[in-house]
Amino acid sequence: MKAEGHELPSEVMELQMGPSHPATHGTIKFNLKLEGEKVLACDVEAGFLHRGFDKSCEQATWTQVIPYTDRLNYASPLINNVGYALAVEKLIGAETPPRCQYIRVIASELSRIHDHLTCCGMAASELGAITAGFYMIEARETITQIVEQLTGARLTVTYVRIGGVRHDLPRGFQDSVRQSFQKIRKLLADCDRLLSRNRIFIDRMSNVGAISQETALGYCLTGPILRSTGVNYDVRKTFPYLVYDQFDFEVPLGSKGDNYDRFVCRIQEIEQSMRIIEQALEKLPVGPVWIDNPRFVLPEKEKVYNSIEGLMHHFKIIMEGILVPPGETYFAVEGGNGELGFYIVSDASGRPYRVRVRPPCFIAMGAFHKMIEGYMVADIIPTFGMVNMIGGECDR
Amino acid sequence: MSETSSVLSYIQEKLGGKILGALRPQGDDVVLLERTGLRESFRIFKEDPGLDFNFLSDITAVDYWKRQDPRFEVVYQLTSLLKRTKLRVRVPVPENEPEVESLTPLWPGANFLEREVWDLFGVRFSGHPDLRRVLLYDEFQGHPLRRDYPVNLCQPRVPERHVDGTFVDERSHNKLMRLKHSLGRKS
Repeated sequence: MKAEGHELPSEVMELQMGPSHPATHGTIKFNLKLEGEKVLACDVEAGFLHRGFDKSCEQATWTQVIPYTDRLNYASPLINNVGYALAVEKLIGAETPPRCQYIRVIASELSRIHDHLTCCGMAASELGAITAGFYMIEARETITQIVEQLTGARLTVTYVRIGGVRHDLPRGFQDSVRQSFQKIRKLLADCDRLLSRNRIFIDRMSNVGAISQETALGYCLTGPILRSTGVNYDVRKTFPYLVYDQFDFEVPLGSKGDNYDRFVCRIQEIEQSMRIIEQALEKLPVGPVWIDNPRFVLPEKEKVYNSIEGLMHHFKIIMEGILVPPGETYFAVEGGNGELGFYIVSDASGRPYRVRVRPPCFIAMGAFHKMIEGYMVADIIPTFGMVNMIGGECDR
Repeated sequence: MSETSSVLSYIQEKLGGKILGALRPQGDDVVLLERTGLRESFRIFKEDPGLDFNFLSDITAVDYWKRQDPRFEVVYQLTSLLKRTKLRVRVPVPENEPEVESLTPLWPGANFLEREVWDLFGVRFSGHPDLRRVLLYDEFQGHPLRRDYPVNLCQPRVPERHVDGTFVDERSHNKLMRLKHSLGRKS
C-alpha cells in the first residue's frame, strides 16, 4: 500500500544484537532483519556458553554429574539436582523415603520461586521499573538465604544425592521459611501495586510477543510460555512425581499468550509454590532422608573411621561410583521454565553412557523468532526477559 | 515386567512391519522404529485418535560406537497431553548413511532440536529447512558427542571473520580482507 506524503526509506537493514548486549543476559545473539524498527526476521544464534555438559558427564561418575547439573539453570539449581537424581533412581528402580521426597519438593519449590523472581525482577527492571526489580531481588535474597541454610551454598548447591539428600533440614528452617514468605508476600504486594496497573509496563508487555496455542504446542514450548496461551500442561499435575499429588495447588493459566500473561503466570506461580512449601512443612513426615540401600549410600563417618568394612564401603562408592544397571530412561520434572527432562543411558560401567538434558530455554529460543517477528526492536527486551533464557541451560 | 501395554499393542496393530520391537523398561512405552517412512509413522503417532501424541518433548541421539550395529540411535520423546501418556521412539541409524527424515513439517519446534543433533552427532535430517550448526561454530571440525571424538581434542583457532552487518574498524580492515580471501568464506 502506498503511503501518502513523503515516505521513509524502507530498505531492509541487517542488525546483529548481542552476544554481549545488556538485555541479553546470558550470551545470545539475534541476527535481525529490520524494516525501520520493525523486525522482519530474527535468527537466534546460541551456543556462546557451550561447555560440553553431555561430554563432561560421560567422563564422570554418576554422583559427579550432580555438580554439573547445578550449572545448567543456575537460577533454579535445586530442580536440576532433583530431576537428575529422580532419573537415575528411576533407572535403578529405587524409591526414596517419604521425608526425603517432601524435602525434595520443598527444595524444588524454593528454586522455582527463585527462578520466577529472577525472571520477573529482571524483566521489570529492564523496562525501567528499577524499584520493582530491586524489590524482587530483595525477595529473592531471602530465598537465597534459606537455600544457604539448607545446602550451605547460595548458588551451586549440590544438595540432592542419588538415593537421598545431603542432610536433613537444618534447625529453625520452618521459622526462617515463614519469615521469608511473610516478607516475599509483602514485597510482591508492593510490586503488584507498582506494576499491575502501571501504564508503561502494561503498554510494553500486553499484546507483545504473543503466540497462539497451536504455535506454542508446535514449537514444543513448555512452562509459563505454554501455560500463558491457556494450555494446561504442568508436569507436576499431568505426570505427578515425588509427592506433588498430595498437595493442593493450582496451575495458573493465561489466555492471550503475550508477555503480560507470562508475567502474571509466573507471579501467580510464586504464590502457588509458597502454598506447596507451607503444606509440605506442615505434613513433613518423620524418618530417614536416605534410602536403605548400602550400594548407593555412603556409610556414616563413624563406621568409615572405625571399621575396615566401613572404609572399604566408602572407598568403593567414591572410587568406582554407584553401579547403575544397564538401560535407558527418561524422566521429566517441571523446571522453572518448563519441562526439564533427563534422558540417561547406562552401560553398567559406573559412569553414565549418555546424559541428555531437555533444556526448556533452548527450545524456547528456537521459537523466539515466532514471538518477535512483526514487533519492534524494543519489544525484544521484554519478550526475551519473559522467556528467561539461562545461558547455562540453553547452551550446556 | 509386562511386555505389552494397550498403547504398544495399538501401535503394533497400526504400524505393523515398521516396528522393530516394543519394550517396557521401568514402565515406559518404548518402540524401536524403522527409519524408512519416519515422517509418515510420526504423522500416525500425532494424528491417529487412538494415539494422539500431539506434543514432541525432545529429540536426541545416542552413539553406540562398537556396541551396536546400527551405530546411532535417534531418540524421540512424545507426549499426549490429553491422554496423559508418553512414548519413547528409538530409531536406529547406520553409520555409513547417518540420515533420517526431518520432523520439522510436523512440529516446527523440531528445527532447533534436529540442528543440535546434527551439530553434536553428525546425523543428517533430510527435508530440514535449515540444517546448520547451532551450539558450535561453523568452522568446528567433527561432531563432539560421537564416542570416537576424543574428549581432550583441541580445535584450531578460528580467525576473526567478517559478517555482513558488522561494524568494521578501519584499522583491522586490511587484516580482515586478507582472512576473508584466505578462507574463501561463502556468505
